[in-house]
Amino acid sequence: MRLRILDSGHGFVTKALFALIRTVSRQPVLDVIKLVKYRADFYGEPMGAVTQDAMRGPSTWSVGDRELMAAFVAKTNHSEFCTKAHSAVAQGAYRDGKKVSAVLSDLETASIEEPLRATLLMLGKLTREHAVDEDDMRAVLAAGASRQQIEDALAVCFSFTVIGRLADAFGFFVPGPEAFEAGAKYLLARGYR
Amino acid sequence: MSNIGQARRALTQRILEGDGKASPSERKAAFNNSGLAEALAVLVDKVARHAYRVTDEDIAVARVSGLSEDQVFEIVVCAAIGQATRQYDTALAALEAAIGKD
Repeated sequence: MRLRILDSGHGFVTKALFALIRTVSRQPVLDVIKLVKYRADFYGEPMGAVTQDAMRGPSTWSVGDRELMAAFVAKTNHSEFCTKAHSAVAQGAYRDGKKVSAVLSDLETASIEEPLRATLLMLGKLTREHAVDEDDMRAVLAAGASRQQIEDALAVCFSFTVIGRLADAFGFFVPGPEAFEAGAKYLLARGYR
Repeated sequence: MSNIGQARRALTQRILEGDGKASPSERKAAFNNSGLAEALAVLVDKVARHAYRVTDEDIAVARVSGLSEDQVFEIVVCAAIGQATRQYDTALAALEAAIGKD
């Protein structure tokens, strides 16, 4: 972590919470938790409300689909921490690890529904090029995604455009798979608030 | 249907207009990735366009220029949310355009 305040600048109560997390999960506290708990009224709480709506609010995309979108946006942004974190959540939500790794290694050939594939392709372009045009959107609609599904996917993309950037700019430590597994279980049980 | 409109407005208002250690004008400039002093311009532009290229040195340059860690924290957060906002708004406008002509 590049800012010491994010590593150890938390108040007494939050530090006690971190100790509890370490004891219960038997894993280090993920840097993303340290970020959202630091001066939480500035970033963690208002951002948590956005991400909760995007990832767990009502949508015809499943939780697994939305976590897969998060992992895909993170991978496109070269964010190792977020790719690993949300691949683990998507795998847990789908109960299918192969589907997630197939999409992340080759979206064109992965065995998924066409509306989801077209949506991911559009999110990939938006993330790489920072813009999409109406032809891109027409292609997603033609593949069978509804207007609302596209808006819901853009909400996921908003959150992970932010979170991936912060993970990389602040230099999150990338732990082993067990820590991400523990984080995934927490996010599936409790959400983002 | 997930609707992040209200939560997103609250987030933007909080980071740009609420209490902070960096000035509102610095936070706004970071959000817009425009009009920043040289020591911050490189860091903010990297956060906005390719955050995986941010280095220890980029953060150190901002600190040496006189910014506290709390100010750097706020500015980086504003830069990331500003970029996400531009991308989100651009994509929603493209969707509106595609639907309007169908």
